[in-house]
Amino acid sequence: MSSAERELSYGEALHEAVRQEMSRDSDVFVFGLGVDDAKGMYGTTAGLHEEFGAERNFDTPLAEDAMTGVAIGAALAGMRPIHVHQRMDFLLLCMNQLVNIAAKTSYMYAGACNVPIVVRGIIGRSWGQGAQHSQALHSFFMHIPGIKVVAPTTPHDAKGCLLAAIRDDNPVIFMEHRMLYGNRGVVPEEDYEVPFGQARTLTEGSDVTIVGVSHMIVECLRAARVLRDTGVSAEVIDPVSLAPLDIGTIAASARKTNHLLVVDTSWTTCGTGSEILAQLVERLGERGIPKMKRMGYAPTPCPTTRPLEDIYYPSGQSIAEAAYALVGGKNWTAPQIEAREILEFRGPF
Amino acid sequence: MIPHNGDSKTILDVVIFWSDAPIFSINMVRLILSTHRRNVSENADETYYRSLYRIRRVEEEIVRLYPSDRIKSPVHLSIGQESVSVGVCAALAEDDIAFGTYRGHALYLAKGGDLKAMMAELYGKRDGCARGKAGSMHLIDLGAGMMGTSAIVATTIPHAVGYALALKMRREDRIVAVFFGDGAADEGVFHESMNFAALKKLPILFVCENNGYAIYSPVGDRMPADNFCERAESYRIPSARIESGKTTEIRDAAAQAVATIREGAGPQFLECLTARWRDHVGPDEDRMWKYRPDSELDDWIARDDVAATASRLDKARRTAIETDIEQEIADAIAFAEASPYPAMEELDEHVFR
Repeated sequence: MSSAERELSYGEALHEAVRQEMSRDSDVFVFGLGVDDAKGMYGTTAGLHEEFGAERNFDTPLAEDAMTGVAIGAALAGMRPIHVHQRMDFLLLCMNQLVNIAAKTSYMYAGACNVPIVVRGIIGRSWGQGAQHSQALHSFFMHIPGIKVVAPTTPHDAKGCLLAAIRDDNPVIFMEHRMLYGNRGVVPEEDYEVPFGQARTLTEGSDVTIVGVSHMIVECLRAARVLRDTGVSAEVIDPVSLAPLDIGTIAASARKTNHLLVVDTSWTTCGTGSEILAQLVERLGERGIPKMKRMGYAPTPCPTTRPLEDIYYPSGQSIAEAAYALVGGKNWTAPQIEAREILEFRGPF
Repeated sequence: MIPHNGDSKTILDVVIFWSDAPIFSINMVRLILSTHRRNVSENADETYYRSLYRIRRVEEEIVRLYPSDRIKSPVHLSIGQESVSVGVCAALAEDDIAFGTYRGHALYLAKGGDLKAMMAELYGKRDGCARGKAGSMHLIDLGAGMMGTSAIVATTIPHAVGYALALKMRREDRIVAVFFGDGAADEGVFHESMNFAALKKLPILFVCENNGYAIYSPVGDRMPADNFCERAESYRIPSARIESGKTTEIRDAAAQAVATIREGAGPQFLECLTARWRDHVGPDEDRMWKYRPDSELDDWIARDDVAATASRLDKARRTAIETDIEQEIADAIAFAEASPYPAMEELDEHVFR
């Protein structure tokens, strides 16, 4: 099988990226609670301590605040640490170091030093993850100058973005979603970077632009398929990188379709959708603002019970219906669309 | 039991018995230290005085200049606390690394930070150590091993630990010293950092500058006992407490701790009692706020180690040092005055590398 045809899962692609970069650059190391245990962070860090030594893939105390500071200090000394969190919710314990220090170091010291760290946060969903194991905090970080935020959705982009994140000279929040881990796709074996700030148009369409963040891109693609059966042509865009954000690609598409739906893997208030809509209004004001809508989590903490959880998240069905209504369609009920990764997921984690 | 009563004999005992492999007898270490003292004492007082006087006078010049509003930066003056930075830095090598706090003028200068760049930074000028973007609370001079300081209490402690981790991973023999106040020991990150440094046996010296107050909140209102060294000990980090504020005693304790760290024994902890003579922030005295007894401050002022060190010097040597420093400070102020403000385009620069 040639490299161009080889398929890996999202998790396998992450593992390959970090392994390749650790081989290439001895300054790269990985740490976080459980990275060297038998499960190896869903396989993404499995065996790295055996291959590269215990110093370069190590477990930590439960001390997110200090361990983030340790990553910053090591980065100031020239290392390239990757700090892994099994759930993105734990980044709330790291906010002081990330916002007050990592984001500001380059600026405050006028470029004299910088903080090349990667912070991996995995977003949970389903099987009772509940209010504190399901949060996606990207909009917090998008607000802060000096931090980059990426949320790759395909195995190809997972590998290329992680390589780019490790090599980036700035702090990068690397957002992963547990429901993406089983996705399989073509991943080249060779070393490559997916550049930040370039959105990816996944399906071309003429009637409505649908932007999906992280796992929601999968639901957006499902929605696009059922919309096609109704004659609505959806253009689905994956921003890939949220900060920097490729507003140009989104704006060009929205101008073409004159309809924009942004579906976030998070709440809508002050979220990615708000930002995209605001930038579009500023950008397209004189040329006419498209019809726009945001979707996201229900404005509640995430419930654990399945019936409530099901309606807490946007689904392929609800996205399709919202897009259909946005383009002027009336009284259409989309067919049930099976979300296999959610139906088949079994816990405990 | 932790002998941290400041007696130099017990400090030595601490060092010997708490290291993993006590290879020196008490008498051997005393001999080494006394020899060290004798060797350095010929020039040491002069060297220390140069540094102590330089810091004191820089701070006093900031006080003098402050009403002119040309220094547009909150200042947390080091007056009264000079001996901690000078004593510890005397035990460090030039290429060792220091992390500190927003009350960082003394450390920046003692570690060898450039005075002109510091003064221009306080003025917000382009030739400042951070091109005017950081101010007094974030002084930096990487060439001197002086890492940037932080306005958020305790935040640089884990950075120092992370830097020490990198040094250990790279098999370098340099060490890191991290300075923080008693207030920082209240923060969770202090404990998390101490634990990790001890766990990994990192080459780091923790220096607690205990001036007794977090702004105006006394230690006694914030912790169940005055037990900084006990906190270090609970993480198996050998500690020593220096109560006198004397530069030479701080240097001796630091030298011993640094030697132990360089042997690979892992972190060491020093608690140095000291006193802030001025207000928490700004140039003024703060007796009117009545948060501490006047007698407490008066006692420290009476034991001022800048004056005590000066009194041990030959008069001509002392005058020569002071003349040098006065000229250097005048030059630094002139440099800051003459330096332009950064260009408007610099607003957007350096957000990212």
